[in-house]
Amino acid sequence: MSDIVPWGADPIRPAEPRPLRLTVDGETVEGLQGQSIAGVLLAQGRTAWRSTTAGRPRGVFCGIGVCFDCVATVNGESDVRLCLRRAADGDAVETQDDHDSAEGARP
Amino acid sequence: MTRVLVIGAGPAGLAAAAAAADAGARVTLLDSGDGLGGQYWRHLPPQRPSRREARLHHGWKHFQHLQARVRDRVEVITEAQVWAIETAGGTTARVLIGPSDAAGRESRRLTADAVVLAPGAHDRTLPFPGWHLPGVYSAGAAQALAKGERIRVGRKVVVAGAGPFLLPVAQSLTGAGATVLGVYEAARLPAIARGWLPRPQRLLRTAHKGRELAGYAFHHLSRRVPYRLGRAVVEARGDGRVEEAVIARLDADWAPIPGTERTVAADAVCVSHGFTPRLELPIAAGCAIGPDRFVQVDADQRTSVPGVYAAGEITGIGGVDAALVEGRIAGHRAAGGDPAALAGDRRLRRATTDLARRIEAAHGIRPGWTSWLRDDTVVCRCEEVPYGRLRDTAAATGQSALRSVKLTTRAGLGICQARMCGRTVEELTGASTGDPCDTSDRRPLAAPIRLGDLAELATAPNGDSA
Repeated sequence: MSDIVPWGADPIRPAEPRPLRLTVDGETVEGLQGQSIAGVLLAQGRTAWRSTTAGRPRGVFCGIGVCFDCVATVNGESDVRLCLRRAADGDAVETQDDHDSAEGARP
Repeated sequence: MTRVLVIGAGPAGLAAAAAAADAGARVTLLDSGDGLGGQYWRHLPPQRPSRREARLHHGWKHFQHLQARVRDRVEVITEAQVWAIETAGGTTARVLIGPSDAAGRESRRLTADAVVLAPGAHDRTLPFPGWHLPGVYSAGAAQALAKGERIRVGRKVVVAGAGPFLLPVAQSLTGAGATVLGVYEAARLPAIARGWLPRPQRLLRTAHKGRELAGYAFHHLSRRVPYRLGRAVVEARGDGRVEEAVIARLDADWAPIPGTERTVAADAVCVSHGFTPRLELPIAAGCAIGPDRFVQVDADQRTSVPGVYAAGEITGIGGVDAALVEGRIAGHRAAGGDPAALAGDRRLRRATTDLARRIEAAHGIRPGWTSWLRDDTVVCRCEEVPYGRLRDTAAATGQSALRSVKLTTRAGLGICQARMCGRTVEELTGASTGDPCDTSDRRPLAAPIRLGDLAELATAPNGDSA
């Protein structure tokens, strides 16, 4: 399970981080200022937030904006790579379910 | 005054920008990220200052020095995504500035007398059964998250693939408190010896890299992280996420040896088999690409297009020392600096190309890996094209052109635009024209861009605000 190095125990001696809050599918999630949205989710142990057309779960794979596995809707904009987007206080993240939308699109 | 545009602010781009400014040019440095340093010096954002961040890096002082020089004397634009480049009559780069993937970013058209391309490379991961499961990461992702966010992707982690880069990845993971169960290198000892042992005096000349590699070896011994040669992760298993990895021994061609499979419980698997250079911009600029599929440059880092220079991993995977020296040469020459001042850097550059050859000889991908694929192994992650369908479609239609393979199977047509699977699809289907410009590296736009933005840019009177 993914998590974050607790700041008090990190050998690089970080300053105390400042918190922020965002919502994921309406649920409040606590993060730290300066984290990417993917970082906020991974720090909570959440490793998947998208499902593919075939219904498979996906989260971060490449971590540097190349693979697009980690995309989600942020403040109404779809297909935002969460590994590249810094979290801002109050961001509303909605996970993308390509499986559902493919089903729904069928006549 | 000569105007120089530098694209990419990793080691090569930073060195190029600093050298061009030293040579008297007016320099603009662009990076798509919101900080400088690229992937090599990927670091915590300013909101999370740390007193001992240097411990996570090699050459951190050098980075800080370069960064200070550049910030002082160069126009730096971060969050700047170059999506097109034109080279008729000077260079024009079309840039969107703002948070990545956001709609309505500021659009600018930047012109310069010369441009240095330093976009770097990304990990190449060969597909294996289960590699689509959450908890499987490219090795670069694990490192970027550890260095840039202090995220550990797992508590019990398997690192696998090929190349010296696996060692710093494992170090970043243990430095974040993860247990690295093992580093599994596909190359076997004879290949490693072939690549690394000849002409040791040359290796010593690239002294920084030698020290860096020795440091990793010591770190692994002291942390008791097993480093095993001739092994690969041939499957990741789990219910909705990784729970175990299957590790097998490989023959000299990287084909798994039946009966040697061993299963280990792990909550993250980090795999990379080398790097793919980011060729979108050099191809868009019309630069000649060599048969090795890197940008061809001369001793001045000039590409085949006048006024376009290239530095760093797009000219060959040579590591940080190569990137820095190539950046210095490219920046100096792009600014019109005196070539006589470069004698020392040219010698250093020749020594670093030796390192790229060694890495390829020792760790280059061998064809036997395809025998760990199964019919249902996803090859194209975006379109979820399994190996069996890709192979059968390509065989049934006798396809040889990449384009028709893609259109028939949909492999490589997804949102990542074949950045992850392109070269693998070419290898698996034999779909290659031999023309280095007609490959999966070729993309109509250098960067993903929203259709709405594109329509607006295309119809706006001047196209831009700047």
